[in-house]
Amino acid sequence: MTALAEAPLTVVPPQRKRKIPGWALGMIGVAGAIALLSTTSYLTGVPQLTSTGTIQTAVRLALPILLAGLGGLWAERAGVVNIGLEGMMIMGTWGAAWAGYQWGPWAALIAAAVFGALGGLLHAIATVTFGVNHIVSGVAINLLGAGLTKYLSTLLFFPISHNPRESPAVPKFDTYSAGGLSDWLGSLEADQRVGISDVAGILRGLVTGVSPLTMLAVVFVVGSYLVLWRTRFGLRLRSCGENPTAAESLGVNVYLYKYAAVVMSGALAGVGGAALVLNPGNPGYLEGQTNGRGFIGLAAMIFGNWRPGGLLGGAALFGYADGLQLRSGGKTFLALIYGAVLLLAVLVVWQLVRRRWFAAATGIVAAGLLYGVYYSVDEVPSELTAYAPHLVTLVVLAVASQRLRMPAADGVVYRRG
Amino acid sequence: MGKLRGNLLPPALAILFSALLCGIALVVSGANPLRAFGAMVSQVGEGTTAVDIVNSTGVYYIAALAVAIGFQMNLFNIGVEGQYRVAAVVAAVFGGSVALPPGIHALAIILVAAVTGALWAAIPAILKVTRGVNEVISTIMMNGLALGLAAYLIRADVFGELRGNNIRTPEIPSSGWVPGIPLGSSGTVFGLVFLAAALGIGYWVMMNRTRFGFELRASGESSTAAAAGGVSAKKMILVAMLLSGAIAGLVSMPEILGRDHTYNLNFPAGIGFSGIAVALLGRNHPGGIALGALLWAFLDKSGLALDNVGVSREIVTIMQGAIVLSVVVAYEVVRRYELAAEQRRVGRQLGTVEPVGGAA
Repeated sequence: MTALAEAPLTVVPPQRKRKIPGWALGMIGVAGAIALLSTTSYLTGVPQLTSTGTIQTAVRLALPILLAGLGGLWAERAGVVNIGLEGMMIMGTWGAAWAGYQWGPWAALIAAAVFGALGGLLHAIATVTFGVNHIVSGVAINLLGAGLTKYLSTLLFFPISHNPRESPAVPKFDTYSAGGLSDWLGSLEADQRVGISDVAGILRGLVTGVSPLTMLAVVFVVGSYLVLWRTRFGLRLRSCGENPTAAESLGVNVYLYKYAAVVMSGALAGVGGAALVLNPGNPGYLEGQTNGRGFIGLAAMIFGNWRPGGLLGGAALFGYADGLQLRSGGKTFLALIYGAVLLLAVLVVWQLVRRRWFAAATGIVAAGLLYGVYYSVDEVPSELTAYAPHLVTLVVLAVASQRLRMPAADGVVYRRG
Repeated sequence: MGKLRGNLLPPALAILFSALLCGIALVVSGANPLRAFGAMVSQVGEGTTAVDIVNSTGVYYIAALAVAIGFQMNLFNIGVEGQYRVAAVVAAVFGGSVALPPGIHALAIILVAAVTGALWAAIPAILKVTRGVNEVISTIMMNGLALGLAAYLIRADVFGELRGNNIRTPEIPSSGWVPGIPLGSSGTVFGLVFLAAALGIGYWVMMNRTRFGFELRASGESSTAAAAGGVSAKKMILVAMLLSGAIAGLVSMPEILGRDHTYNLNFPAGIGFSGIAVALLGRNHPGGIALGALLWAFLDKSGLALDNVGVSREIVTIMQGAIVLSVVVAYEVVRRYELAAEQRRVGRQLGTVEPVGGAA
């Protein structure tokens, strides 16, 4: 009897075959996003959605989010929650400005990484060695980072810039464009043909005026994937985030790996801060410049299910929303809401095909509400658009939190026994 | 004795360590730390500083209580920051747009603030209970949304009005003010500082003398053990979060009802995060929190004197950050030390370990 009753529990659920590899899924996602944007752009008559300028701004704004998110990825894969990303990023902005105005942009990058890494080291000492709660340590580092940079900029920037909240102007990177390709895409974009012009605009935005920092960030994303998922070091590092006790029993020095991961995390967050300072739109360091971007990076990482590819998608989405609002204001942003309605419609059809009635009904209600917003207002107030990433993150967490999988021992204090 | 030592030693060490750290930072940057500290202490007697410290203590105290309620249930309410902001805007708008008799008006505003704070906290609470969303992430996101919502609500074409360079909500009529205790040239103590004290007493009674407080602490210690005793963890999460949010909603009430009478662009930011620090410093104990809040307020207000002696007052923020980090480290070190001592003691009594001293 008991064997019968227990039998269903021991049966391994049939493994769902994953026919599509990850990279193909990513390509489908990108294609889908472009299709969605060009449809929205066509239906609402807002060409700015896919214009070169919007994409360029989006890339610049996505960089800090992406780098901070990568920082979060490194730390959390090793099992350390890093709320202190924001503080490390602030330290990075200061370091970048301090070294940047004296020795140029490359020095700025290195100094930012060093300053961020110092914040990471502090976090590692508190959480790994002393076993302090990760959130508490992170909150303290955010306070400390903000205080330290304020103090240092009053001390060192004030005599030169005569403003304690601002650094002297920092020289920027030269940007590079793929000359002929860019011009050809530009002429395609100017034709205003449905679909083709949109793709051309997006591509042109990606190949025109590219800063070395952008290339570096792409290298970091690919590099993080290769290091964390394709090397022995990465496997061990991730094992510290999944089951540190098991890792230790197999001879992995868990403390060392956690230290390495958190210091790396701080360095990446610091470079994210440098990306803000070296953004051509900013003169240099500005107090309060990060404005919660470290937290958004964390959100992008969660959005991406603790994977580099997903993180890239999250950062692109948040950067895009930010860039669109900055370039063309609330009217254009409204088109994005229309796009969200279209996306929801597709999802509802998908849920209906899979006979998930409740999910479909929820989707219909949400789409109706969003359409109501689109129909009734003329433009989204700029005060609210800046916080679209926060809302998207909340919705994603609410809808998909069951499908997201964070490292099993994430945020758990580990003590060598 | 041992318990007292365990509770008082770590913060004392942490404050000393942080002061030392800041002292070194000051020496490196070419200032005299003793002179700076002297300026801070003598500042307490100057002008309105002493009263400002008392007022500020009240505000930090409320924020820290809100955080502490969450901590008791193992909940990280990082969202106090957003909860008090949204509550302040909504309460200020409400107070400025209704006409009620004196007293009732103020009460109604306070009530609206508490309810708004609770509602804002209800979103992450419901997400956590029904969808398992980690409250840390969701409250951080709610903080961002709160900033946006507040900025939107005080737009001139929504509820706000333009006054010079500032945008603010309509002024609350005098029937909604809470009178303070005027002390002549040294300023006015906010009447609602007493609300903070009352909340502290209420918090202590609730945690230590009621069934609900017991269940909350039990559930926070071990939700599975509490569940075996018939306490639903989900219900506790929901109630704790709502209570925390309601108290967070009151954070800005002393300032709005006692001095500003409106919500404007100069609204103070960061009190929620300071509240987390103060709650950690005070170990969730109402008395400890009071001391922590006092320290925080002292550092904040006396720090203004540092500019006079040629020291950047941001050193105070560094000191505050250093205190939080070193106090949690110190508590952890002392906890480990006492755990080890306890193990040794038990070992000696059971005779499983070779006696170290002359115990056996």
